[in-house]
Amino acid sequence: MAHQSELIEKDILAYLKSQEEKSLLRFITCGSVDDGKSTLIGRLLWDSKMVFEDQLAALEADSKKVGTQGGAIDYALLLDGLQAEREQGITIDVAYRFFSTDRRKFIVADTPGHEQYTRNMVTGASTAKVAVILVDARKGLLTQTRRHSFLVSLVGIRHIVLAINKMDLIGYDEEKFRAIEDDYRAFAAPLGFESITALPISALNGDNIIEKSAETPWYQGPTLMHFLETVQVEDDRDEHHFRLPVQWVNRPNLDFRGFCGTIASGTIRPGDDVRVASSGQTSRVARIVTFNGDLEEAVAGQAVTLTLEDEIDISRGDMLTRLDAPPLYTRHPEAHVVWMHDEPLQPGQLYLVKTATGVTPGRVTAVQYAVDVNTLEQKQVATLGLNEIGLARLELDRPVSFDPYGTNRDTGSFILIDRFTNATVAAGMVLDGPDEAQKAHLSQEDSPWAPRRIVLDAVAATNLNVVDLTEEKGLFLLDLARSIEEYLEKGNRILFRLRDLAQLESVAQLAYDKNLAFEFDRNGDGASVLLFKRGTAPAKGYGDDGTGI
Amino acid sequence: MKKNLTHLQQLEAESIHIIREVVAEFENPVMLYSIGKDSAVMLHLARKAFYPAPPPFPLLHVDTTWKFRDMIDFRGRMAKESGMELLVHVNEEGVKKGVSPFTHGSALYTDVMKTEGLKQALDKYKFDAAFGGARRDEEKSRAKERIFSFRSANHRWDPKNQRPELWSLYNTRIKPGESIRVFPLSNWTELDIWQYIHLEEIPIVPLYYAAVRPVVERDGMLIMVDDDRLELKPGEKIEHKSVRFRTLGCYPLTGAVESEADTLPEIIQEMLLTRTSERQGRLIDHDQAGSMEKKKQEGYF
Repeated sequence: MAHQSELIEKDILAYLKSQEEKSLLRFITCGSVDDGKSTLIGRLLWDSKMVFEDQLAALEADSKKVGTQGGAIDYALLLDGLQAEREQGITIDVAYRFFSTDRRKFIVADTPGHEQYTRNMVTGASTAKVAVILVDARKGLLTQTRRHSFLVSLVGIRHIVLAINKMDLIGYDEEKFRAIEDDYRAFAAPLGFESITALPISALNGDNIIEKSAETPWYQGPTLMHFLETVQVEDDRDEHHFRLPVQWVNRPNLDFRGFCGTIASGTIRPGDDVRVASSGQTSRVARIVTFNGDLEEAVAGQAVTLTLEDEIDISRGDMLTRLDAPPLYTRHPEAHVVWMHDEPLQPGQLYLVKTATGVTPGRVTAVQYAVDVNTLEQKQVATLGLNEIGLARLELDRPVSFDPYGTNRDTGSFILIDRFTNATVAAGMVLDGPDEAQKAHLSQEDSPWAPRRIVLDAVAATNLNVVDLTEEKGLFLLDLARSIEEYLEKGNRILFRLRDLAQLESVAQLAYDKNLAFEFDRNGDGASVLLFKRGTAPAKGYGDDGTGI
Repeated sequence: MKKNLTHLQQLEAESIHIIREVVAEFENPVMLYSIGKDSAVMLHLARKAFYPAPPPFPLLHVDTTWKFRDMIDFRGRMAKESGMELLVHVNEEGVKKGVSPFTHGSALYTDVMKTEGLKQALDKYKFDAAFGGARRDEEKSRAKERIFSFRSANHRWDPKNQRPELWSLYNTRIKPGESIRVFPLSNWTELDIWQYIHLEEIPIVPLYYAAVRPVVERDGMLIMVDDDRLELKPGEKIEHKSVRFRTLGCYPLTGAVESEADTLPEIIQEMLLTRTSERQGRLIDHDQAGSMEKKKQEGYF
């Protein structure tokens, strides 16, 4: 069914023409080996005719030798020797598979169900638009089903296929199928998916994978392949929210200055007004230059080169937008952070923050809470360890253009890189921008004599992480509002940035007055003090040795 | 009204993004140019990424001295057309030792002339990033290789310790001496490559097209007699057959297939109808008709 063999044979040009209009869908499969995930993917590869003669010969031989289907074709073996690799000690994390039909090309992110599931699933899901969540019909929803659903929702996947597999083993029972579907819809309601499509399948027998199954006459919905071929996943991004992160300035000679990048959202035409997010300077698009000739219009997803009518200063790291609806431009984004490294997050330590527009040094100033991926409960933590997810406040060395991740995955995401090992240690997804008014602020009670008294009183404790003293002159005393004390008692920390060492005494005095511990840090940017309440619950798994890290 | 990009447009945009990112973040990148069809697509994408300027990095060909003459001609032509510098590196040590596919076996020969040659060249020019045309669908082990794939100062790949790769945010950080191999075609399949060559009219080496060429049959493969270094063994004789190549490498190691396909659509047609994956350089050793019949009985095609 997948490839029009006849058309290929009779009219190859017509066939090639028909293939030019194919779209691309990236999806992720979630589930463990026991759920029949490998069998399902193997079946899709097989039935879309992406298995070649020599692979087929090898598959037939392997199925007889090591297959689990009594000598019949074991589709799971198509997905390479996962087992063999495991035996060799190679960590399987994310593998990508490809198949295509006449309507679409598919890229499947295949992640193992158990080990390092959070890191791997978030990685695989980051580029996916659809998640196929496998459930064993005999077992119903499991903890892992909830975990997988939460993770894919966190990463912004809006369309879920609930593939209820092994229907053959429960006699294709409609009632049991409906019960699992209802359970899932109830559970997933708060996760805000745009669509949930439940399918009764048997990956092994091919029921409702490509062809409608005769065993499920009560099921009127699409087959898995039909769903994947037709689901509309194009972003509902507002066309007017044009975003071009400038990746590279192309300047081969004095007469040409092109701004290259991949359009993250919206459309652009010659004559459109554009604005540089950082400087606020504006100009107008002169040309959209490509190797195949100038374009009349460019859309989200295209890698383009724009020239502008005016000579304005733009470099890598800037973002071009329309005049209205500017992006967030902030040093203090708040974000969901997924920690991906064995070494836990060090609040206050400098990392490299890579965004769509480039690399900026920055630090996590506080972890507001972590989320238990199994129960979705929030808990107070001091830091994040491997595979933990939390809400964090960042402080960047300079402002960066962002959009909320929910609005734009490309301009709302970042990774954190360790400066010393160069490892990618975390992935981040930006929330709505911090309201500058909500930032911790210093209220001063002016008095004619020194030292001044500065009371730290945040409007919203959840946004309070950093107190910048670098602009403060002279001597002062610090005090905390009660709300801030409570905030610290919950295990939160506050970073004080110091202008000079003389200010240390004020902070130390505050720590003494309020029974707090602190950690001093000196780096290239200056000095800072991290203030915290000792004895508050440390993050799970990390002993508090008194240093607070 | 929203215009949706086709799969080839999306693949193209992703590759161009990757290529630009390398130029923006690395000091001294290079493009490994093997002259084959994947390299042809990669070079084309690089030219698109920087148009109207030529790509701001050189091409590097690691020459084993056993490439087809057509490939060498084509190499020069494309370097000239793209306006890029062409670096050709030969492992002179290997040449001095007389390493050849005939006398040393293909494994050792490949290791010395290709792998070692490549390392020598990367060290000699101190490249910190090297584009390669590998695709994830070529081989099972590649399915999990990163697009930006880290290499230690000794050029080693550590599959156990790969950096997670999310969205299109690539970690390009390295220490002095380390490097990154970059695979802009990671998400392309063989069919995508051919379709794109067709759509964009990308020039490829004429050896991909069928023509009458002198060949000898050796170990079940059709080897083209490309120059007088191929010594005939007893019983071998040169025949003239209409053949073409699915993949291009060193001529004594690359088997031709008998074919009449001398246009691009015919090549694609042949590929789709025969469905033998391209890496398989040898003739299929099982009964093809038998297995096809069996498959038809089982209802797969």
